[in-house]
Amino acid sequence: MRSPLWLIPAIPLAGFLVNGFLGKRLGKKFVSVVGVGAAGLATIAAYSRLLPFLTEGAGRQTAVETIGSWIAVGGLNLDLSFRLDPLSALMLSFITFVGFLIHVYSTGYMHHDETDAGYARYFAYLNLFLFAMLVLVLGESFVLMFVGWEGVGLCSYLLIGYYYDREYAAAAGKKAFVVNRIGDFGFLLGMFGVFSLFGSLNYSEVFSRAALEPARFSPALSVVCLCLFIGAMGKSAQVPLHVWLPDAMAGPTPVSALIHAATMVTAGVYMVTRCNVLFRLAPETMLFVAGIGAFTAIFAAVIAVAQNDIKKVLAYSTVSQLGYMFLACGVGAYVAGMFHVMTHAFFKACLFLGSGSVIHAMGGEQDIRKMGGLKSKLPTTYWTFLIATLAISGIPPLAGFFSKDAILAGAFEAGHPILYAVGLFTAGLTAFYMFRLVSLTFGGTFRGTPEQAHHLHESPASMTLPLVVLAILSVIGGWVGLPAVFGEHGDRFGAFLSPILLPIAGREAAHEALPHATEWFLIGLSVAAAVTGILLALRWYAKDEGRVPARMAASMPGVYALMVNKFYVDELYDVVIVRPFEWLARTLWKVVDVLIIDGVLNAAAFLIELTGDFLRFLQTGNVRNYALTFLLGLIALLLFVVGAN
Amino acid sequence: MIGSIPLSDVLLASAALFSIGIAGALLRRNAIQIFLSIELMMNAANLALIGYGAALGTAEGQIIVFFVIAIAAAEAAVGLAIFVALFRHTETIDVNKITLLKW
Repeated sequence: MRSPLWLIPAIPLAGFLVNGFLGKRLGKKFVSVVGVGAAGLATIAAYSRLLPFLTEGAGRQTAVETIGSWIAVGGLNLDLSFRLDPLSALMLSFITFVGFLIHVYSTGYMHHDETDAGYARYFAYLNLFLFAMLVLVLGESFVLMFVGWEGVGLCSYLLIGYYYDREYAAAAGKKAFVVNRIGDFGFLLGMFGVFSLFGSLNYSEVFSRAALEPARFSPALSVVCLCLFIGAMGKSAQVPLHVWLPDAMAGPTPVSALIHAATMVTAGVYMVTRCNVLFRLAPETMLFVAGIGAFTAIFAAVIAVAQNDIKKVLAYSTVSQLGYMFLACGVGAYVAGMFHVMTHAFFKACLFLGSGSVIHAMGGEQDIRKMGGLKSKLPTTYWTFLIATLAISGIPPLAGFFSKDAILAGAFEAGHPILYAVGLFTAGLTAFYMFRLVSLTFGGTFRGTPEQAHHLHESPASMTLPLVVLAILSVIGGWVGLPAVFGEHGDRFGAFLSPILLPIAGREAAHEALPHATEWFLIGLSVAAAVTGILLALRWYAKDEGRVPARMAASMPGVYALMVNKFYVDELYDVVIVRPFEWLARTLWKVVDVLIIDGVLNAAAFLIELTGDFLRFLQTGNVRNYALTFLLGLIALLLFVVGAN
Repeated sequence: MIGSIPLSDVLLASAALFSIGIAGALLRRNAIQIFLSIELMMNAANLALIGYGAALGTAEGQIIVFFVIAIAAAEAAVGLAIFVALFRHTETIDVNKITLLKW
């Protein structure tokens, strides 16, 4: 039985409504059943469509299902319709599945410390997020994508600020919202641009029209795509709009895993890939995308090396990996970018959930300098974390290796040696900081307090089971997209996704595959970079207890301070943007509002009061005075009328 | 017959009555006397209406007078009721002593 497409987002919406309105009174058990059940049913509904879609092979059709007319104003005719094509199918497959796993994990993670109301609120938001994310990927028009786009932004805000009684969490939520808003503004402008160019906002119309007449639209598309990409930069935390994502770790850890690693932050990559026809007509913008992506990748990786908060390391790692994905989009390797989105969802969700398990065991401690030796106490967490770390480091044959290699090969193939070199160096850096994290957390001896040591325990099955599933996916997830050197038909992922790359009229799809020798060479280089990073990290942090890095930090205090303090980007924004705006707001308040607007109003009121103070003496209260005035007035009127004639 | 009296005489009489009414309304302090003065002014107007009606040979003037009389009766009832209420409240009907709306 195949579910209609609209039902897939509708199920989590129903879960949100039930938990949001009734959850407080129904208790944790019921909330768990509804919340996890909604995610599970949505997953089943999604796979009832995905499995036939996957097995249909080459003959599969893009399905567009319309519910009804939504907006019909002037030249704009918009239907409420959903679309299932390879791209949305891919997103759908891991959003529902990973989302479901994280719902399960959350029942364990959130069980202890929350009230019934907080627990219900948490699951309501989580379901609402799932709804918005599914609308985002399934929508058939830019407007519907925007609805989902704003929806996930809202849920992100709500869940970052979940612990709203802690000031830093509330501030982090606000920051995420404001920074995202800047990006959203770009997205809106891009959307307006698309509408003015094509007179439509439906994917099928816009993209086919652009592909048919590339010469006509190409010049204007540079600007339109730039605007769209600014939207993607906000949502996917690219420099200079990356500042919100590390702060977003103030939310509960499963939220970090679901929203701020696996799904929402990849929405930008999804959007750029969805609009690949437009972007391919705007080569300058593509170069910009690639440049921003590469810079973000290395920038965030450098910061991650010096962070000591387990979630901050992972957050900067996420920023860095998102940079990779945009690098892929920018060099035209959209398939590789989406491939990395998928594998990243597996291993990064696993890493975040693993870190959640660690934090859970440590009683809320997040500083890796106070951990160590957790290997024996949390075996399941350790092994799954290690597998995911190997995957993100790019060790074959794990998932991250294939996707990262595809991106690097794409950059090399497109003729961008500098971007390739940056990507390669970042790959080594990634391996280094991830193994630094693993060594400090799980290796060595325990450095925390005795109470914490006593408290250490493996997490319940509801938490370890998702870890195991995600770890398995981190291993096998990459096997669907083998590079060409492993045979003609190894890249089933690329073949599956290729229909989204619409052929552009007048441009040959000149795809010269790299010679096998070159490809082997590239694979060798990226593995070598990863292994170098791993060995260096193990040597410095596992064997040497971090004496070498400490010496290096001491010898270059300036550089180290720069890295620890995230290159002072927050401070820079504080000086350049936040404070001037605060000053402006205060000026508007104290001067414009209080002095000018209120002043004018008060002056007018005072004038009237003053006039009244004098005029009230006319009111003698004596009825005969009034009668006399009346008579005099009448006489005056008569004289006037008579005189006028 | 009023027809034999010249219109100017009728109007003069009416004006005289009206002036007496005004003087009474402005100079008297007793509310009832003011009220009677106002009635006087109304009847001056009635007289003028009848005079004009007769001079023009039409019935409208007389018709309006009937209306005025009817309304004046109703008004008299309301006015006197107000005076009674006023008296109960202030124990006076001297309008100089009733200045509730003074600043």
